[in-house]
Amino acid sequence: MLGINQFPEYQVPGAVQHQFNPYENNGGSIVAIAGDNFAVIGADTRLSAGYNIFTRNHSKLFQLTSSAVLASCGNWCDSDTLTSILQTRVRQYSDTHENKEISLNAIAQLLSTMMYGRRFFPYYVSNILAGIYEGKGYVYSYDPIGHCERHTYRAGGSSSALLQPILDNQIGLKNMEEKPTIPLTVDRAVKLVTDTFISAAERDIYTGDGVKISIITENGVEERQIPLRKD
Amino acid sequence: MMSNNGVNFAPFWHNGPAPGSFYNFPQNNIKSNSAIDEYGFQRNGGPITTGTSIVGVKYDKGVIIAGDKLVSYGNLARYHNVDRVFKINENIILGMSGDYADFQFIKQYIDEIILSDFSADDRIVLKPKDLYTWLTRVLYNRRSRFNPLWLDMVVGGMQGEEPFLGHINIRGRSYTNDVISTGYGTHLALPLLREYSEKGPLNEETAQQLIQKSMEVLFYRDCRGYPKYSQANINANGVTVSDHEVKQNWDLALSIKGY
Repeated sequence: MLGINQFPEYQVPGAVQHQFNPYENNGGSIVAIAGDNFAVIGADTRLSAGYNIFTRNHSKLFQLTSSAVLASCGNWCDSDTLTSILQTRVRQYSDTHENKEISLNAIAQLLSTMMYGRRFFPYYVSNILAGIYEGKGYVYSYDPIGHCERHTYRAGGSSSALLQPILDNQIGLKNMEEKPTIPLTVDRAVKLVTDTFISAAERDIYTGDGVKISIITENGVEERQIPLRKD
Repeated sequence: MMSNNGVNFAPFWHNGPAPGSFYNFPQNNIKSNSAIDEYGFQRNGGPITTGTSIVGVKYDKGVIIAGDKLVSYGNLARYHNVDRVFKINENIILGMSGDYADFQFIKQYIDEIILSDFSADDRIVLKPKDLYTWLTRVLYNRRSRFNPLWLDMVVGGMQGEEPFLGHINIRGRSYTNDVISTGYGTHLALPLLREYSEKGPLNEETAQQLIQKSMEVLFYRDCRGYPKYSQANINANGVTVSDHEVKQNWDLALSIKGY
């Protein structure tokens, strides 16, 4: 095929050459905490790329069942595709199993398999899955090619490096001589998630506008929204 | 070529076949694998004839989408009277920016969908969210094949009683918002639109004024802009597509000195 490469004399500074990059970083941060009998998961509501903010009210949380919520951010078109395929698979499971809901650990494995299926053209996304299974709170986190790991708390997305140390200190109680014994309640988990996002919005331009928090307990999923700075 | 583990063998004789390569017969000037180098196949993709910004605003009872009537060929103002804002059906309006040829290609399929939807004669008419999701899927699949449709589209309409406004880009990245703009509009028009829309829902008159102001700013500052623009307005009363022109005022130009 003839292209600019065949005509080196036309390769001058003025000639615009377009090259296509299938990936775009749309930012966004996600955090999840697992408690004894609950899980809390939060995501900011900004959708951006470079110095542009596309929308300030954009949910990155996906409720998959009455006890599982997925947070997904990174390359939004990949998140969008991955989550809608996953939602279809979750629906197909219940349709073929007498309306039984798929369990959290089954979703965790399914998501890993789906992401690894695109090993050589990955979904460029950061995922955290939170929920309860047999009464206990769980958090799973993923890398873009499907590595899955279970945690008690996890931060992901553009501010993961800002949020994770706060959680390491407040919940992990890392490197302390005398560890405080504050019980992790739903209330404290929600407050912690809110605080981490407030600090992230202060320093990260890809995080802000608002946080959506889902609280998963035996009674189902409760949603809350807290405003963040919008600059 | 990677077929010989990156090693290129010399032809057996002058202009003759080479081990592990396709043979180009004499008299055949087309090099069948000229675009394939050690990095694989390279397509000649990129926008050629392009439309610039589209501006979309949602108001309390409907949506307005506007875009100028110019289609450029690089820096050349090639086609001066082209519609880039369309009525798709009674529920949907659409504005395009990006490669106009890619749009004409996708428009054929949209028209086909609308025709088959109409032919079903079931009183269920395609809604904006349906087209928005469909376009998202098409653009995502094309980007995943590294053969993207170079488009930035704004879909608006009435989703039942509710106004709808969504944006889909070349990669199939889509979102909905109260105000949307593409191209230079994201820098020039969006701040203006957000200043008003974030205070609460707009009414039709303010939305109309905002669109007018945005098109004016875009004409003055976007090199690929044009004073003539078309706009589509959709609400419960139906769709109206109309032509407008920016009222130009160059009085200020006389006072600019020193260049």
